[in-house]
Amino acid sequence: MKKLMLGNEAIARGAYEAGVHVVSSYPGTPSTEITEFIAKYDEIYSEWAPNEKVAVETAIGAATGGGRALSAMKHVGLNVAADPLFTVSYIGVNGGLVLVVADDPGMHSSQNEQDSRNYAIAAKVPMLEPADSAECKEFTKKAFEISEQFDTPVILRVTTRVAHSQSMVELEDRKEVPVKDYTKNIAKNVMIPANARPKHVMVEERTKALSEYNSASDLNKMEINDTKIGIIAAGISYQYAKEACPDASVLKIGMINPMPEKLIREFAEKVDKIYVVEQLDPVIENYCRSIGIDVIGKEIFTLIGEYSTELLKEKILVEKPAEPMKADEPIPVRPAVMCPGCSHRGVFYVLSKLKLNVTGDIGCYSLGCAKPLESIDTIVCMGGSITAAHGMEKARGKDFARKTVAVLGDSTFVHSGITGLIDVVYNKGTTTTIILDNSITGMTGHQQNPATGFTIKNEPTRQVDLEMLAHAVGVDRVVIADPFDVDNFEKVVKEEIAAEEPSVIIAQRPCALIKKAGYTGRYVINDKCKNCKMCMKLGCPAISLTENGPKIDETLCVGCGLCPNVCKFGAIERA
Amino acid sequence: MNIMIVGVGGQGTLLASRIIGAAAINLGGDVKLSEVHGMSQRGGSVVTYVRYGEKIASPIIGEGEADVILAFEQLEAYRYISYLKEGGKYIVNTQKTNPMPVITGAAKYPEDILGKMEKMGISVTSCDALALAKEAGNIKSVNVVLIGVMAKHTNISKEEWEEAIKQTVPEKFLEVNLKAFRLGYDA
Repeated sequence: MKKLMLGNEAIARGAYEAGVHVVSSYPGTPSTEITEFIAKYDEIYSEWAPNEKVAVETAIGAATGGGRALSAMKHVGLNVAADPLFTVSYIGVNGGLVLVVADDPGMHSSQNEQDSRNYAIAAKVPMLEPADSAECKEFTKKAFEISEQFDTPVILRVTTRVAHSQSMVELEDRKEVPVKDYTKNIAKNVMIPANARPKHVMVEERTKALSEYNSASDLNKMEINDTKIGIIAAGISYQYAKEACPDASVLKIGMINPMPEKLIREFAEKVDKIYVVEQLDPVIENYCRSIGIDVIGKEIFTLIGEYSTELLKEKILVEKPAEPMKADEPIPVRPAVMCPGCSHRGVFYVLSKLKLNVTGDIGCYSLGCAKPLESIDTIVCMGGSITAAHGMEKARGKDFARKTVAVLGDSTFVHSGITGLIDVVYNKGTTTTIILDNSITGMTGHQQNPATGFTIKNEPTRQVDLEMLAHAVGVDRVVIADPFDVDNFEKVVKEEIAAEEPSVIIAQRPCALIKKAGYTGRYVINDKCKNCKMCMKLGCPAISLTENGPKIDETLCVGCGLCPNVCKFGAIERA
Repeated sequence: MNIMIVGVGGQGTLLASRIIGAAAINLGGDVKLSEVHGMSQRGGSVVTYVRYGEKIASPIIGEGEADVILAFEQLEAYRYISYLKEGGKYIVNTQKTNPMPVITGAAKYPEDILGKMEKMGISVTSCDALALAKEAGNIKSVNVVLIGVMAKHTNISKEEWEEAIKQTVPEKFLEVNLKAFRLGYDA
């Protein structure tokens, strides 16, 4: 049976068909749906872990125990999980172990544009890169075979356009793979220096064997057409190359680490010149040059952002595209915004009003940096808000700390904010942390997390009590407040930043997009409006200024009730 | 066939592209869709692509390559005119949603967008999909109203479109959506 499938869904299907036993992941665009689709298969145990390092370690444990295991993450998630990755490369596996990493060229939903292929090279593990959904499924299954055959973890790398595109997939049945026997093996599984040294030798031998395997593997495809132009590409770049230069000869690389040396040499013999088409870093290009093969690469192609069919036509075929139609006036941009009803809006309204320094974090609330609230000062990485505020205090002193707060979501706090809070307490900081507890992992599309009290399968479970957790690490001042009660919230923030000790404010209100929020109806502005524009300061996309003063868009208003709380004239009422 | 769906995050462009994808599969050829998830979905400008035909390589549609652009909002229609192929067709919902720069007063919402597009020689079919969605019983069904408007201009029959909707839309919303589709189709 054939089915139109998202790349991420096809990876999940591949895991299912490969008989995978255990999957542990942390959500992150563009990888999230892999684990969400896996959770629909009852044959596979799946979970959301607090962060990617925990997830990968759990998958390593499962594989060591003899099961087939997988962990999926976004590119920056692999940074978090890099520590176990580099050492499990030495240990190898018992049951197959596959890590899926989703890169985001063009930064559709990310804070950087790193090229995770560099991790495969650095950690000396094989990496496969599919180019469509059918390959997402096939390569996932192949990755488990390679993992077990070569005693190595395998990384499957996708990019946004493969992860979030749909194409046809042929479905097959699940092949049950028994959990392998577990026997204690200290030399293999305990990485103390004495055991790791011989392991490193094995890793280097493994890489050589994998390169041989790769050259003979059906993961790669050599398509010889017109031999004047040869193109080497992998992943989505292959699709752009086929679209732009259908007559060219193409070497499509399916396993991008270690490279198929013999195959590349063979291809180079057949074509007059070679273009390497790869988004981001010159990984394939540098390899080709290192084995003495002359290629054209980043001297004509950019290191930045996504490629396209038109770009390749322009660079390889030197075809100028026809001048497209253009409007002869500026078209206002439409950046992403916090949704109407967003629970974070009340928080940033208050922080903006108090003109505080705000160290931010990764989640929907990063949009608090946008106009008109423009509240956030810094964003680095998951969990980086509390530590940024702490570092600022240590550099600039307590007066600065009294004008500074750290903000992060519930899921992000559990991910890696808690260690920062411990740092503050342990090292006598006075940082005020606001946990934006919206009862869900919002930005990635509403996943459960340890603070919501539900598992990935929506089963009730023991909920991390954020208030008790903050107390337990030594924060005495913990306040729970509703961010839509803006007057009280302002009072609470003022009190906590003034305190000469660490404090935590849990801003509690569910995400407007989940049922728990329970918003119904909508609001309208009546004739008591004095056009003071106070409601405009909220930056709610449902409220626009017209010639007759502010107006609420009936299609956007969700009836959250925040705007009546900032109107001094009682001019906003339920419709 | 290259179809682009453009709109504002939250308008249901993803479901629309999936319905078109389902209808395209039933033609028997190759189909590719490209979607937008994550941060860009939150009220931002969103674009999804559907391509079908004998063999499709790239899931993305480039400038000057779209046969049909289905626009859920006027400003978003205007933003993507460079993607329309010569002789291509625009289906535009007349609904307007102010982007944040307009809300904050930093920019102006362009006037008479549809008139300007027509003056440029673009074939535009416009429709007040919001009014029809209300008539169907749910303002969220704007997406399926627009599919209905577009359906008339494709080589896929009305029945095949309805079948694709049945395959894609959850059971409990099916009735409203089929009504929305028919209202769009007859508009």
